[in-house]
Amino acid sequence: MSTTQNTFDWRKTLQLGLIGGLVGVLIALVGMVDEFDKRDIVAGTLSMGWTLLLLTALITGYFAASMMPKGRGLPGIVSAVVASAIFAVVMSVLAWLVDRFDLRQVLVNASPNLVKILTFEQGVPNGLFMLIGAGAAVGLLGGVIHILPDRIRKAVALGLSMVALLGLLQEIIQVSLAGFEGVSKALEWMFGKGTEKGLSVAGAIVVFIVVAAGNLLWNTNAPKVNAQFNKLPQKSRRSLRWLGYGILFLVIIYLPAVLGLYLTEVVNSTGLFILMGLGLNIVVGFAGLLDLGYVAFYAIGAYTVGVLTNFSGELTWHFGWNFWLALPVAVSLAVLAGVVLGVPVLNMRGDYLAIVTLGFGEIIRILALSDFLKPSIGGSQGIVNIPPPQFLGVLINNPQTLYYVIVAGAILALFISQRLRDSRLGRSWKALREDEDVAQAMGINLVATKLLAFATGAAFSGLSGSILAVKLGTIYPHSFALLISINVLALIIVGGMGSIPGVFVGGLLLAGMPELLREFAEYRLLIYGALLVVMMQVRPEGFWPEATHKRELHEAEAVKPAEAEA
Amino acid sequence: MTAILTANNVTKQFGGLTAVNSLNVEIPDQSISSIIGPNGAGKTTFFNCVTGFYSPEMGEIHYRGNRIDGLRSDQVTRLGVSRTYQNIRLFANLTAIENIMVGFEPHLKTNWIDAVFRTSRYRQDEKAAHEEAIKLLRFVGLAGLGDQVARNLPYGAQRRLEVARALASKPGLLLLDEPTAGMNPHETLEMMHFISNLRDSFGITILLIEHDMRVVMGISEQITVLDFGEKIAEGTPKDIQSNTRVIEAYLGRGAATEGMATGERAPRRKTTH
Repeated sequence: MSTTQNTFDWRKTLQLGLIGGLVGVLIALVGMVDEFDKRDIVAGTLSMGWTLLLLTALITGYFAASMMPKGRGLPGIVSAVVASAIFAVVMSVLAWLVDRFDLRQVLVNASPNLVKILTFEQGVPNGLFMLIGAGAAVGLLGGVIHILPDRIRKAVALGLSMVALLGLLQEIIQVSLAGFEGVSKALEWMFGKGTEKGLSVAGAIVVFIVVAAGNLLWNTNAPKVNAQFNKLPQKSRRSLRWLGYGILFLVIIYLPAVLGLYLTEVVNSTGLFILMGLGLNIVVGFAGLLDLGYVAFYAIGAYTVGVLTNFSGELTWHFGWNFWLALPVAVSLAVLAGVVLGVPVLNMRGDYLAIVTLGFGEIIRILALSDFLKPSIGGSQGIVNIPPPQFLGVLINNPQTLYYVIVAGAILALFISQRLRDSRLGRSWKALREDEDVAQAMGINLVATKLLAFATGAAFSGLSGSILAVKLGTIYPHSFALLISINVLALIIVGGMGSIPGVFVGGLLLAGMPELLREFAEYRLLIYGALLVVMMQVRPEGFWPEATHKRELHEAEAVKPAEAEA
Repeated sequence: MTAILTANNVTKQFGGLTAVNSLNVEIPDQSISSIIGPNGAGKTTFFNCVTGFYSPEMGEIHYRGNRIDGLRSDQVTRLGVSRTYQNIRLFANLTAIENIMVGFEPHLKTNWIDAVFRTSRYRQDEKAAHEEAIKLLRFVGLAGLGDQVARNLPYGAQRRLEVARALASKPGLLLLDEPTAGMNPHETLEMMHFISNLRDSFGITILLIEHDMRVVMGISEQITVLDFGEKIAEGTPKDIQSNTRVIEAYLGRGAATEGMATGERAPRRKTTH
């Protein structure tokens, strides 16, 4: 071994501390600390606003520790503590400035309340020392987390995230489980009392320990369990698998009854996004064709159902069709639109394709808004009076019945994408994504392959739009803004490009969570942007990457253990 | 011997530059033939004309009696011409097996409906493709590496995987663009054996572009020499080694014949821009 020098990089530590401080100041000044302070993660102890600040300090400390050349030792921890303390000092300066001068003319959120939060309600100067102390302590935690072995670190991270998630969703969990006898006792103990929000202190500790220990146990024993499973004879393996499917099926069937009206509604809108995500995943994830006008097919599906089924109103036509009759027509029209868009862009790649499809999406929206088409599709007034469909005599007019339609659609889309992914067509798509010229030279018909990708993607989106039409009962052009396309694309990126389970993860994160946290809707896009930037830096392959993708982007890490053995 | 590939008067221009000029080539069936020439002589351009990447301005290319110039590259492949690339162009994020299975594409008959319903036709097709891929993987000596992502394979393995992918389409004519580029002498020797073995095992015709004179002289039965897009010589290795125009093209006018005759690696002429 070479001489163990305690190299301590002051410059980097200072730099990281200041960057962390800058992020903290930004978070405070856009009003997130103040606004998020109204909700607690741990009742009466830790608010969401503080969680945000502590998280910034923790990440600052963690990165400071990892920046040190011999990070896994004392210099790393010192660096973490110092960097996080610098972060806290920057925040203190902010608090002092806000307290001393009235900045609200320029910075609306630099309010006395912010100072109160930052100083633990102790006021300047006492609170500031506490703030710096807290920063250093959290930095120490970040440094220690960095030293921990990988699997323990992962378990700790998962435990902390679970505490945050449960604390955040406390109200919803409590409401949806309130009906069950026996559970309510546990809930009372786990969550804050009365009007308090978030977990109780004991609840938070229990959740953390259970999740972290469970994760640790699973990770150490998973290979053994897997080996055990593989040792079983084929027959019992198959029956075990079917048992798993059976349980899953029952859970899906009974979910709306457990969740209640509001949560089912959230699941429904998430489901529609997942359905679209599965489609776009084929176009962008598998075939590598960047489509930014994906909302167009969603709109076409919705408008077709709207026009064909509506029974009264200002429109010229009153077809008054049955929804089940209109649905295949809507999906076919979306497919047709997919092909019509596909033909002119056959020879376009990358940026050019993105811009043309972006234009296509806007054209469809503007057509829907136009006065020219107003007699037939309602213009800016949209289409009202879309009747709810009936299925075997049951009127599908509330979230809990519509849920089954959406789940059926999602399962169908999931099934088709999975089958196609593993087939000849799926291979052709992936080959196309990797190298279009060579793919063609291997005998792949580019025209058919590309058009099939556009068509399949459009079909899923059209299906999603059709269901949206009956879900809302009215549709307006502004429901089909560019933002929907971007949302679906972001969902795929966050989940993992080309990964089918990734679509579900992305859907829950980017469509489900924002529904649940409606009160913070104004920060939605900011958080989206931050999430995307962080994802690109830290985990570019997504939360649940396609198996081959992971090997591509974390190649350097995969090589390391092999070198260590050699 | 009958010719499997004939090029008549093929001319390819890029703007004012004539990359290939009235080229006439006949490649004998089941032979190993080479195209050599200094950098920028138009060798790869000719390959691109044959495989449908480029469409020549003039002339005709026939493969087994079918006119193939001007066809799309997938059509050319389906007729039985397959190729590898000078700088390896594998599907980098697909596994080795998947790469080869993509090559099997011309022989798959099922469509997406078969895939969704997993019809027996589809299962047969996929099984055939998979078995073929495993067979080819063994043939090129990559058994056990099938589930590796192509980009993680070592350089030599990538070259051989590219050959395996080209073979998957069951070609009658295989074009290899500098198969030994970037290899050390030992690997080069291995690749030479591999190429002759390929012809004997599959009964196919092989046409290669190559810079390494030991390879060219060692395995070719016919050599075509290009310079500035024109054919300057054609014949057996012996003919070529003693051809003065070839020596001039490689070494400059008046250069000693020593280098070529003893099989030293010819220095590449600097391209002027």
